[in-house]
Amino acid sequence: MSELLDRNITQRTLRKLDDPKPRRASRERSARYRAGRAIGYIAMIVFAAALLTPFFWMIMSSLKSANEVFSVPVQWLPETFVWSNYVEIWSRSDIITWIRNTLLVSTVVTLLQVLTGSFAAYGFAKMRFRGRDVLFLLYIGTIAVPWQSYMIPQFILLTEAGLSNSLVAIMLLQAFGAFGVFLMKQYYETIPEELSEAARIDGLSEYSIWRKIMLPLSVPALASLALLTFVNTWNDYLGPLIYLRNPDLWTLQLGLRSFVSNLYDTNYALLFAGLTISIVPIAIIFMLGQRYFVEGIATSGLKG
Amino acid sequence: MATSARTAAPPAARKVPQHRPGSKLRRHNTIVGWSFILPNFLGFGLLTLVPIVVLFYMSFTNWNAFGTADWVGFANYERLLTDGSFRISFLNTLYYTVLHIPLTIVASLGLALLLNNKLRGVAFFRTAAFFPYITSIVAIAVVWNLLFSPDSGPINEVLRAIGITEPPGWLTSPEWAMPAVVIVGTWRDMGYYMVLFLAGLQTVPRELHEAARMDGANVWQRFVNVTLPCLRPTMFFVTVMLTINSLKIFDLILVMTGGGPGQSTSVISQFIYRRGFEENQFGFASSAAVALFFLCIAVTVVQFLWNKKRSV
Repeated sequence: MSELLDRNITQRTLRKLDDPKPRRASRERSARYRAGRAIGYIAMIVFAAALLTPFFWMIMSSLKSANEVFSVPVQWLPETFVWSNYVEIWSRSDIITWIRNTLLVSTVVTLLQVLTGSFAAYGFAKMRFRGRDVLFLLYIGTIAVPWQSYMIPQFILLTEAGLSNSLVAIMLLQAFGAFGVFLMKQYYETIPEELSEAARIDGLSEYSIWRKIMLPLSVPALASLALLTFVNTWNDYLGPLIYLRNPDLWTLQLGLRSFVSNLYDTNYALLFAGLTISIVPIAIIFMLGQRYFVEGIATSGLKG
Repeated sequence: MATSARTAAPPAARKVPQHRPGSKLRRHNTIVGWSFILPNFLGFGLLTLVPIVVLFYMSFTNWNAFGTADWVGFANYERLLTDGSFRISFLNTLYYTVLHIPLTIVASLGLALLLNNKLRGVAFFRTAAFFPYITSIVAIAVVWNLLFSPDSGPINEVLRAIGITEPPGWLTSPEWAMPAVVIVGTWRDMGYYMVLFLAGLQTVPRELHEAARMDGANVWQRFVNVTLPCLRPTMFFVTVMLTINSLKIFDLILVMTGGGPGQSTSVISQFIYRRGFEENQFGFASSAAVALFFLCIAVTVVQFLWNKKRSV
């Protein structure tokens, strides 16, 4: 995407260079241009404020004292910064357990999704065999089917298998989505067939072609898939809500939710500290891998 | 920009080598091909395809927590048609969908158009726009619940400050709860659809804009006559995804209002969840799930056909 933007700049610069218009017209135009830019900046500031104010408020509230959160009129900045909220949350809740569970589930799901997804995508993109297209249609078709419509039979099946109330259930739930296959297939199809053909002539098996040629070439797509899967699993609320009864198994989302509803006199400042902690890892991952997020979504248009 | 339309009909044999007709080779190929798909397909089949088939069966039974399941024919569906709270959930889902789709399209397209300009700070802004989408739903719910709080919340305080003496009760009022949820839904989703629109905007040829400018078209005319037609594949795709995602809306409702006040924000997914997981009426809940299933499929198919007709 950035390359495309850069090309636009060069094009525009070139156009400016050979702009044959007389001075006055161009001055008029540049006034208009400047006004347009000013409006653009104003719009951007307004949008940014709307987008970020809730986060600002959350972080600021996490540094307030318990009763300052609800003071009227609203105080945007804490009177004194109560950093101890961030210390207290660790001892007042099981947040360490929640983080450990969430981290475990997200990591396993991401690994499974990336491995099986890219493996299957190779079959769909680079192999020809009977039943392939029908099978892929099945994969695609389920994208229009909301999980909410089959969550009950899925729950019953996993319960019958003795997996309800276990982290394994959550892992299985998330790991085999059509999404990963779809995204990787899109990417593999952009890799020229000649490459795998040459490897085939050299005597490489299909499995080695996947491992030695396709995997190294598809690192950007793998990164996109890994990031999107990780974030989706980290933030998943419904799956854990239905499957996990035992507090020892709770994920971060469930734990924080229970923190809201369990304590009648919820210490909201403390809660906000917990929420901030739950967002920070994702924020960091997102900032580091932003490019891959954007590319992954732009090429597949789907979420997990 | 790759739309699902492109992949739905993949150029089946593009550049794939023609193997000489030999049944042994073909069989070998089939085995190897399936072996690639199998690890994923095992999970996909057992956890998605099988449950979908079982769902249809369940909806014709009185399956409950005690494991007895008798075939009851269409009884669940008949009950569904006369069930008052299902009707309310159904209408609320449509209400959410009808509000959420246009609002999100306008907001995300607006963002994308803005970011498609070379302004300073665009990179930062794109990060900011995407941030709500990667934030956990629980955090979103808690923060917005307090922001919307009728008496002490910052939103109503701002509204009072600009002269609205009786600002809405938002999540505490049956009339305003759904609009409040829609606002949060739009706030959360617009960064995501913005990325799709941005990718689409990259495909709009500059020459067309230049030509239109030469012909004296102003900004608005260029937007309507050049940008929008070029964005049609993206627009189609965004609308399909937005529709499915709106019809299945659940987590946002669950954490923000729990369906209340009263039943004013109760939606189909929540109806399924309540009947199924809270009341253990798995059979009856399945019939509602089948309804949701067909609703999503039908809307998607109609949109595909309509898009096809228009592009001919």
